[in-house]
Amino acid sequence: MSASAKPIANTRSGTGIPTARLITWWVIASEIVIFGGLLASYIMHRIGHPEWAESASHTITWAGAFNTFVLLTSSLCAVLAHKAADAHDGPKAAKLLRLTSLGGLIFLGVKAFEWTADIREGFVLSSGGFWAFYYTLTGLHGLHVLAGMIIMLFVASDAAKNQELQRVECIGLYWHFVDVVWIFLFPLLYIAR
Amino acid sequence: MTTEAHVHHPNYVKIWAILVVLLIVSVVGSMTHIRDVVLIAAFGVALVKAYLVAKNFMHVNVEKRWVPYLLIVCLLFVVILFAGVAPDVMKHSGEHWVNHPANQSGESGAATKHE
Repeated sequence: MSASAKPIANTRSGTGIPTARLITWWVIASEIVIFGGLLASYIMHRIGHPEWAESASHTITWAGAFNTFVLLTSSLCAVLAHKAADAHDGPKAAKLLRLTSLGGLIFLGVKAFEWTADIREGFVLSSGGFWAFYYTLTGLHGLHVLAGMIIMLFVASDAAKNQELQRVECIGLYWHFVDVVWIFLFPLLYIAR
Repeated sequence: MTTEAHVHHPNYVKIWAILVVLLIVSVVGSMTHIRDVVLIAAFGVALVKAYLVAKNFMHVNVEKRWVPYLLIVCLLFVVILFAGVAPDVMKHSGEHWVNHPANQSGESGAATKHE
């Protein structure tokens, strides 16, 4: 598709920022309020209920730590994909984006293992305030990981043909934000006991 | 349409290595069970990690100035939410009030197992 055939919103840059990246920043800004609100609610309830420490002691710290490592590594792949896209190396960017998606898949696999272990122990969404927050926060975050993986695979298929390389940076920004959210979820849910 | 480079790409592997070391610090720090060490290892390190990702991977520092402003305004909304609601949620009693259900919840323990 030639640039002239694109909708004007795809090509204009009235703010000095390409529209696609501008939209990504707005998405991230709204996500800050969504996750920030949930995290703030969790923190104030956690401080108000010291007895939740007992519940928090049942979360699997090594699994949370491993998932943090997986997300940090996938973020590295995403930013290297951005670097490759800047060098107009679409196939390399595509390969790195697929690796990033694989990181997301591993993350979700570990999360599924954790949820299964927690539920088998008898801790479900209605088991108490801590577990309600735990499943809501990790579930919402997991959905964001899944959405990022799917979008990333679409972006990778275009990037492999050296098309729409500007999207590589945008999906990378989103992925890094999902990583930042997990960076805060990990200590709140797995370490603070 | 191709992307136009607007950032200088640093040594990302080095930054990733620093992030992994910080992750190890937070996990090891949490094992000390010393309250202040755990808090610093958990939340202090999380703040540093988030800063490193935002600066080096998201390149917020080289973005147009109003992008960080936009993100900070959204964070301020979260702070306002916290400041407005936290006193009622974090305390179980005040000068003329007592939150009995919250107190009972604390006395009866944290969780109920579903067998």
